[in-house]
Amino acid sequence: MSAPLKPSALEPLPRSSGLAGFASDWASDQRAFKNVSWGKAMMWIFLLSDTFVFGCFLIAYMSARMSTTVPWPNPSEVFALEIGGVHVPLILIAIMTFVLISSSGTMAMAVNYGYRRDRRKTAALMLLTALFGATFVGMQAFEWSKLIAEGVRPWGNPWGAAQFGSTFFMITGFHGTHVTFGVIFLLIIARKVWRGDFDTERRGFFTSRKGHYEIVEITGLYWHFVDLVWVFIFAFFYLW
Amino acid sequence: MATVEAHAEQQQHHPIKLYLLVWGLLFVLSAFSYMVDYLGLEGYLRWSLILIFMMLKAGLIVAVFMHMAWERLALTYAILLPPLLVLVFVALMVSESNYVLFTRLAFFGAGQ
Repeated sequence: MSAPLKPSALEPLPRSSGLAGFASDWASDQRAFKNVSWGKAMMWIFLLSDTFVFGCFLIAYMSARMSTTVPWPNPSEVFALEIGGVHVPLILIAIMTFVLISSSGTMAMAVNYGYRRDRRKTAALMLLTALFGATFVGMQAFEWSKLIAEGVRPWGNPWGAAQFGSTFFMITGFHGTHVTFGVIFLLIIARKVWRGDFDTERRGFFTSRKGHYEIVEITGLYWHFVDLVWVFIFAFFYLW
Repeated sequence: MATVEAHAEQQQHHPIKLYLLVWGLLFVLSAFSYMVDYLGLEGYLRWSLILIFMMLKAGLIVAVFMHMAWERLALTYAILLPPLLVLVFVALMVSESNYVLFTRLAFFGAGQ
């Protein structure tokens, strides 16, 4: 319609970096997150709110443990296993930690192959991530059944402070739920990647919008967050 | 919007080697955390080692796996600064818990 713009007019002005960039991004109109899509920004903000949820749980646990006059059960002994007649402290939790870290590693590589548009490798790595996640939940189910069989209840346990059971079930239960939803999320996105939805620009059944490989990174953000929360639970609940 | 997503594709191209390195580091740090318990370290040494390994692991996951190291400061600060307020809450509850413990010992006797 109008005369073509000069190439220089099509080039956006370079954005300033560092603190000046931070100030100008937040002071600008329309959007503060300049090179981040709404999907990614919203996932980050959801994760921030989830940080507060888990932060509150860990603070509640800290308050219960600090204010009780009854000794706290020793997690090193509670979560010990007999393997081949050898007594190994906390071994189940250590294995769960390694499984979850491995799943984070495969997820990071899935994101990388997604941006390379290698759909087979991306989907395979996401499925492997989901498999590690399901393994983690399975081991958690084993851990719960073992503790329940030994008499741990939300209102008491054989070894000490009654609050041990309630904080344990609440914190690991919420985390396990997050892992379970993560596995479902991974399977849904992996299916889309495998089918080539982001190459053929197939529209989503719910939003009727075209997807992008960026959704792999957004799924990855959620998954890494689940691993991140476990880092804190492992340190404060199991090791402290 | 498509330009933003295309931008992300160019921006987050990092070599696989970097992810494998971080993965290895996370394994080593987790092994160290486990050794703290296995060797039965106690007191301030135990607590400080637990916190150091925890923060190193959290930092690696957020910076590299979640690509925070390559985001603009507008997003980084918006996400990473608010959780610091949780530390204020922790300080409040430490003080409160000490008071609750004091009242329990003073008025209900030690142990129940």
